[in-house]
Amino acid sequence: MAADALDRDRIDRIMAVLDQVMDPEIPVVSVTDLGIVRGLSGEPVSVLVTPTYTGCPATLAIETSIRIALDIAGFEDIGIRTVLSPAWSTDWITDRGRERLIEYGIAPPPSGVAAHSMGGHEPVACPRCGSLKTQEVSRFGSTPCKALWRCADCFEPFDRFKCH
Amino acid sequence: MSPSLPTIQPEDEARADQVRGGSYHAPEAVDWHPALFDYLLRLGDESLILGQRLTEWCGHAPTLEIDLSLANIGLDLIGQATLFLNLAGEVENAGRDGDKLAFHRDVLAFRNCLLVEQPNGDFAQTIARQFLFSTYQLALFEGLVASSEPRVAEIAAKAVKEVQYHAELSADWVIRLGDGTDESRRRMIEGLDWFWRFVDEMFEMDALEQELAAAGIAVDRTRLRRDFDVRVQQVLREATLPLPEYPRAITGGRTGHHSEHLGHLLATMQFLPRTYPDAVW
Repeated sequence: MAADALDRDRIDRIMAVLDQVMDPEIPVVSVTDLGIVRGLSGEPVSVLVTPTYTGCPATLAIETSIRIALDIAGFEDIGIRTVLSPAWSTDWITDRGRERLIEYGIAPPPSGVAAHSMGGHEPVACPRCGSLKTQEVSRFGSTPCKALWRCADCFEPFDRFKCH
Repeated sequence: MSPSLPTIQPEDEARADQVRGGSYHAPEAVDWHPALFDYLLRLGDESLILGQRLTEWCGHAPTLEIDLSLANIGLDLIGQATLFLNLAGEVENAGRDGDKLAFHRDVLAFRNCLLVEQPNGDFAQTIARQFLFSTYQLALFEGLVASSEPRVAEIAAKAVKEVQYHAELSADWVIRLGDGTDESRRRMIEGLDWFWRFVDEMFEMDALEQELAAAGIAVDRTRLRRDFDVRVQQVLREATLPLPEYPRAITGGRTGHHSEHLGHLLATMQFLPRTYPDAVW
């Protein structure tokens, strides 16, 4: 990576731009909070992006959003490159991202266990009332990354980010 | 990304002796590209065709939840297909990308196994097919994670996490239908009986895959069979279902010998890109 092409200040400015690019399906969480921006790599300098799910239809929309944001900020020369490895994990969702998911009504995945737990059967707190009396309604929800749950106390349905 | 394919060294002593004695011409570094291309088509096509089949359920499944599940599984499979077929295009290096391979090949050029192209039938049949396929595919990808071809390994590592969900969901439904009402049980038994004849093909090895497996690129499918059998028996026991009667196995899909159903599926799937070749959205 060329030092002059990517000095500290430039990296910070690029990352600040990316912090403002929201996921199209969950528009309160940025692509950096979601953990799908894996960093910058050169030469030529590119933003490394990894998909959440292989078939996620938002992948193209996310790339387009990043492209537009970079162009507007004057980083037309920065490319975007998709990387598959290491595979995305919900462990990469930041603390700030998790808080925003709850505010938005989505239960975040438990952190630090994605590699070992697939099921997501452990109790999950209702993002609206905080009750632990909740149950899974459907393993697959409105997007590939979410399952559909229901709260037995406030009776509200909610999305849960799948542990992945 | 540059291809990193292994070269073959003369391994056994006899061969090495021959080399020393000068009676044996050491082979050039083996060019794996044609075999790898074919292997990637096999991996990509089975995901693509089953993904397409599952989309036929969209809006027709018994409940909203399972409708979403089948569509989501289909989406994951089409995602896998995109990765495998794009890589196949890269390996072939003839200007074809994943879309070109998916939409502009004819039926004889498809390399998927026969199980995935069979019609959906009723809901229990679809569940039977999904359970058998996802259980097999989980074992396959768990093996491919260790492939010596890093581009294959990273796709498998990505997809294996999704396939775990598919295998779990379809097993849950086999149990629910099998251990359900008389009607659901009867249909589940019929579904499994019908699809059982397509199981052997998924674990069949031919010369092409044996060579790739020896080089560490492919997985020896015969070694996956034990895990598959154990898992299937475990789920069927919990579903209080009998193991299907063993019918004569049908094979041939991976060499292009398909049932009549694939052509009809392709006619639907390929219609738009073939009718409007420059269409983009």
